Amino acid sequence: MVETVIVPLIVILTVLFAVLTTVIFMVLLERKVQAWVQVRYGPMRVGYHGLLQTVADVLKLFLKEDITPARADRWLFTIAPLMALVPALIAFAVIPLSRDLTLFGLRFPGQVADVNVGLLYVVSVGTLGIYGIILGGWASNSKYPLLGSLRSSAQIISYEIAVTMTLVTVIVLSGTLSMTGIVHAQLDKGWWFGFMQPVAFFIYFVGGLAETNRLPFDLPEAEQELVAGFHTEYSGMRFAFFFLAEYTNMIVISAVATTLFLGGWLPPFPNVAWLGFLGVVPGWAWFMLKTFGFLYVFLWVRATFPRYRYDQLMRLGWKWLIPLSIANLVVTGLMKVLV
Amino acid sequence: MAEAAAFYILAALILGFGVLVVTAKSAVHSVLFLVADFLCVAALYVTLQAEFLAVIQVMVYAGGIVVLYLFVVMLVNLKRPPDAQRDPRRLGRLGAVLAVAVMVELAAILAVGWSRPEGEAGALGPSNVAQVGRALYTDYLIPFELASILLLVAMIGAILLARREM
Repeated sequence: MVETVIVPLIVILTVLFAVLTTVIFMVLLERKVQAWVQVRYGPMRVGYHGLLQTVADVLKLFLKEDITPARADRWLFTIAPLMALVPALIAFAVIPLSRDLTLFGLRFPGQVADVNVGLLYVVSVGTLGIYGIILGGWASNSKYPLLGSLRSSAQIISYEIAVTMTLVTVIVLSGTLSMTGIVHAQLDKGWWFGFMQPVAFFIYFVGGLAETNRLPFDLPEAEQELVAGFHTEYSGMRFAFFFLAEYTNMIVISAVATTLFLGGWLPPFPNVAWLGFLGVVPGWAWFMLKTFGFLYVFLWVRATFPRYRYDQLMRLGWKWLIPLSIANLVVTGLMKVLV
Repeated sequence: MAEAAAFYILAALILGFGVLVVTAKSAVHSVLFLVADFLCVAALYVTLQAEFLAVIQVMVYAGGIVVLYLFVVMLVNLKRPPDAQRDPRRLGRLGAVLAVAVMVELAAILAVGWSRPEGEAGALGPSNVAQVGRALYTDYLIPFELASILLLVAMIGAILLARREM
């Protein structure tokens, strides 16, 4: 009973709590980092240096009027934010956040479920997130959301190809589809896959920016052209759900990148003897550190690069990233056969 | 026992969503019920310990093909089909022919399935990705390659048709 029900429940709740807390701090960090880059302070009023700013924002969103456009498809308009959020959250089920821990004589697994097709699970769940965006735009019955959602889905579908190709190279290297297995493969090889596959790592990161609709690829919500993209007509809590889904997706991309390319919960250079003292820091702390490093780069890129034009975005995706990722896969396969 | 319960619940859901796909008023709603249907089929695969198939089912059907359906349904206005094509008798006859075809197919599957000893499919182990791959690339190599050529031809055909209109 304790082993089969209570322990998994505790793990699930811990992961959920960690993700939602990270979202709250990401929203604050986003504004703070932007402000620092632009030599400002950012939010300072609510709490110490604005620490409680997001809490205030969420309270405001709770209290706002929830508007449904007059000729919208009510049913779809309501469930679209949920269809965006749920796939983002359930992707965390297979991501290993730590090695297995023993607390109070109970064994806590480091991830919710060690599925033997973990990596494919992440990809397939990721493809479902697109429904929230398409339906949100369509159900609003308004032209800017529709255009925004079309752009967004075209962009996500295009970049998904290149990203999935890079995942295949990781599978070729590790020989397994299980996320824990991939971390262990990096331990065996003694190198993080980020060092062995710099090209795949780069393509994954760029594709991740595009799939989460972040700058420089935030065409779906290009303010000057489309007001706010697919969520223009949303307000109150439903808008908050879209917002939550977007940030959760960023965390998913960062956590998967950490697992695949930066060794997950492994300390740096786990096989070098004199660096063994790094193992004192628990695995989940390394995982958090790396994931936050990634998230910081997301914010940094946003503050640095201007937005691409739509045709430039498509050209980059189809004419550069996809051929490059296929070539990278072929080279990796050849190396695997020859060496 | 739990497995049987899961099967009957999932089967009921699959059939229920199937009925909703046909009866939904708006085409977009029917496409969404189709997605729910595919997800339930994926869950059915999980109960058979075919996680690989389940994940591929979600990725290819729910995540890929139905998204295309959704695009077509959203962009082509289906609210009012032209009157010339609305001939109820013709549709009825077509439906009857299709229904008979499906029935014959089901009967054939049943007839073949009864004569074969059970348990062949159940022999897959918990890690069946490798087994699926081996089956595809050895015993079923020619059908596999033929299917890929068929898809390639379809893709080239679609591109040609689209270009001619330009």
